Amino acid sequence: MNNRTFWWFVGPSLFMMVLFIAGPLVGVAVQSFQQQRASFETVERESCTPFGCTTEEATVPITGDDGRIITRTVWVGWDNYAALLNGPAVRNALANPGDALRQLAQIPFWDALRFTVTFALVTLPLVIVLGLLLALAVNTLTEQLKGPTIFVTLLPFIITPVIGALAIRWLFIGDGILTAGLERLLQQEIAMFAQGWTIELMMLGYRVWHVVPFAFVIFYAGLQTVASERLEAAGIDGATRWQKLRHVIVPHLMPLIVFVSLIHLMDSYRVFDEIVGFSASGYRISLQWLTYDFLIPDESGNRSIGRASASAVLTMIGIVVILIPLLRNTWKEQRQA
Amino acid sequence: MKRWIIGLAAAFALGVPSTAMAQCSINNETPLTMLSNSFEAWKIMSDAMTSCGNFEGTLDADYRLKVNDALAANPAVFSMVGVSNSTLTPLVADGLVRPLNDLVEQYGADLLPSQLITVDGDIVAISMMVNAQHLMYRADILDVLGLDVPETYPEVLEVAAEIQDSGLVDYPLVGTFGAGWNLGEEFVNMYLGYDTPMFTADNRPNVNNEDGVAALEMLKALGEYMDPEYLSFDSTAAQQKMQQSQAAMTNLWATRAAAMDNAEESEVVGMVEFAAAPAAFAGGAPATTLWWDGISIAANISDEEAEAAFKVLLEGIKYDVLSQHPDAAIWLSNPAIESDVAVGAQASAAGGAPAYPSSNLIGIMHNAAGEFIPAYLNGETSAEEALAAMEDAYLTAAQENGLIN
Repeated sequence: MNNRTFWWFVGPSLFMMVLFIAGPLVGVAVQSFQQQRASFETVERESCTPFGCTTEEATVPITGDDGRIITRTVWVGWDNYAALLNGPAVRNALANPGDALRQLAQIPFWDALRFTVTFALVTLPLVIVLGLLLALAVNTLTEQLKGPTIFVTLLPFIITPVIGALAIRWLFIGDGILTAGLERLLQQEIAMFAQGWTIELMMLGYRVWHVVPFAFVIFYAGLQTVASERLEAAGIDGATRWQKLRHVIVPHLMPLIVFVSLIHLMDSYRVFDEIVGFSASGYRISLQWLTYDFLIPDESGNRSIGRASASAVLTMIGIVVILIPLLRNTWKEQRQA
Repeated sequence: MKRWIIGLAAAFALGVPSTAMAQCSINNETPLTMLSNSFEAWKIMSDAMTSCGNFEGTLDADYRLKVNDALAANPAVFSMVGVSNSTLTPLVADGLVRPLNDLVEQYGADLLPSQLITVDGDIVAISMMVNAQHLMYRADILDVLGLDVPETYPEVLEVAAEIQDSGLVDYPLVGTFGAGWNLGEEFVNMYLGYDTPMFTADNRPNVNNEDGVAALEMLKALGEYMDPEYLSFDSTAAQQKMQQSQAAMTNLWATRAAAMDNAEESEVVGMVEFAAAPAAFAGGAPATTLWWDGISIAANISDEEAEAAFKVLLEGIKYDVLSQHPDAAIWLSNPAIESDVAVGAQASAAGGAPAYPSSNLIGIMHNAAGEFIPAYLNGETSAEEALAAMEDAYLTAAQENGLIN
């Protein structure tokens, strides 16, 4: 392929990537150093509502000739990041070691970071192990059973995440079917949504249930490429089932395990659906949810785009950091090969 | 191409079943749209407007998140928007809704003066209902136990304790305590109930004080009598708990009152009565805020479209329409519409409950309350820590916007 043809092929997708990925990324990064400010003045204002007329001093934004609020974009350096990370509160918390964890959990960013990292790291091994077990199990089924089993197994992955989360919430909420049933069985009050740790467990469980089918499908495909001669040879050498798995199958699937891990870490670090679906924000928040919370306008139409951008940038950096060990391993293997 | 679009639109219009009868007395030919909140009263108005033709209403419980951007577009995405005390403030400040003085003069002879929302003489919205959270209680249960209707929150706690001991319902209380906007509203109601300003004269926060602590402690004490999952309860959840006889008292929106007697979904028809919102302390005003709902017309549309919109608006809120549903809301109408469910809100207003403040400041504090009070109710922080965190969050956001230096 000559150079010209190469660029004709790559050009359009390169253009799209710059326009739709690189551009917005740079935009977010720039906005994380800015704030949009209006100027306010205090005026005497007469207003009438069904509850009567009042005249009072009101703080209102100054508008231009077109009647629109005049906003100026202020370059604020690291202010948005500083507000987000809340250094003074962190120092306060650390000055009091016995109480530090509780106090850190009151700062939204650190609270969100704690949950997000736990969520990603706890679900990862569960997804890999359960996905692999499922693939091994389905692989031993007879041909007639395989198709239907694979279809049923995939269902959790097909369901829209928010819908799935809502369904689980309705099962487990105060008077939901499962809770009511368990209460009758155990003769005990159960309130799954009344404390943080139960909600956290449900969110972890839900994500594992939702993503295992993805790992399963990938691993199942991988299993079809394991050379049967190798397994037979291992059997003749006296390898047990566990040894075959440990020394033949897993090494063969390793590239796929790394692939699933990468995708899962990236996905789970952006956890958001669960927080919304379970109405969990009173107990647990994630970094992605924090960004969203800054972005949506409050009752008076204010929003914090600067802090939302800073939070988004830190989330991206977090994803890169959490992927480094995996990427480094892959890179080393590539070099050895 | 154009014919294709019209065909599709027509098919769509025909495909959407409309429960509205042909109530409209005009034939509207200008395509019009409206974005509004989503509850029964809005559906009634939206249906009536639909019967005028060429009208499409979007009912959305999250309308407040979309309304600013929708009207800032030119031309605006909607010709009309539903507004309330607080959502109107930023729209007026940003010049996104048009003064209606001329249209009111020309077409609005039937409107009451109290329906005209004005700012410095400009009519910026037409209101048609008022709303407030007020006490709804199971009269049968209070009767059986020989209890009086509580007038203050300390009395609510006493009554709740008695109901709890009686075991007549699962939980004595239910409330709109969901983390976020709902809980923020509860805090605003309770704090203003102590009649202390929330901000200093120079827009600094003023909630980390005795009254702030008292308000939080009262919210927590109320929570003790609720379903332990109360931090995820919104208005609909609270309404359902009452309807299913799982709670005996609530401080809930007037627009939800009629649902208590809706035989299709309620098990407590005829058993729920209404009273003023309880006061924070004996002798105080009812600890609730008064809201109005209305409709504004976008600034960024043509004058012809605005005129058509105003005529359709009047059709949607006319007496003939609203009087068919007297209990769906507390309607503002000429002639007046009497309703059995209005007593709670009327008593609250008569008791001196304040209107929800319409300012740029309140939204920030409302948000901060909804975000930091859950940790206090969970037992993770003290009241002072939660209030300090709210003040910090307020200062950060107010500085960002340029409200304070």
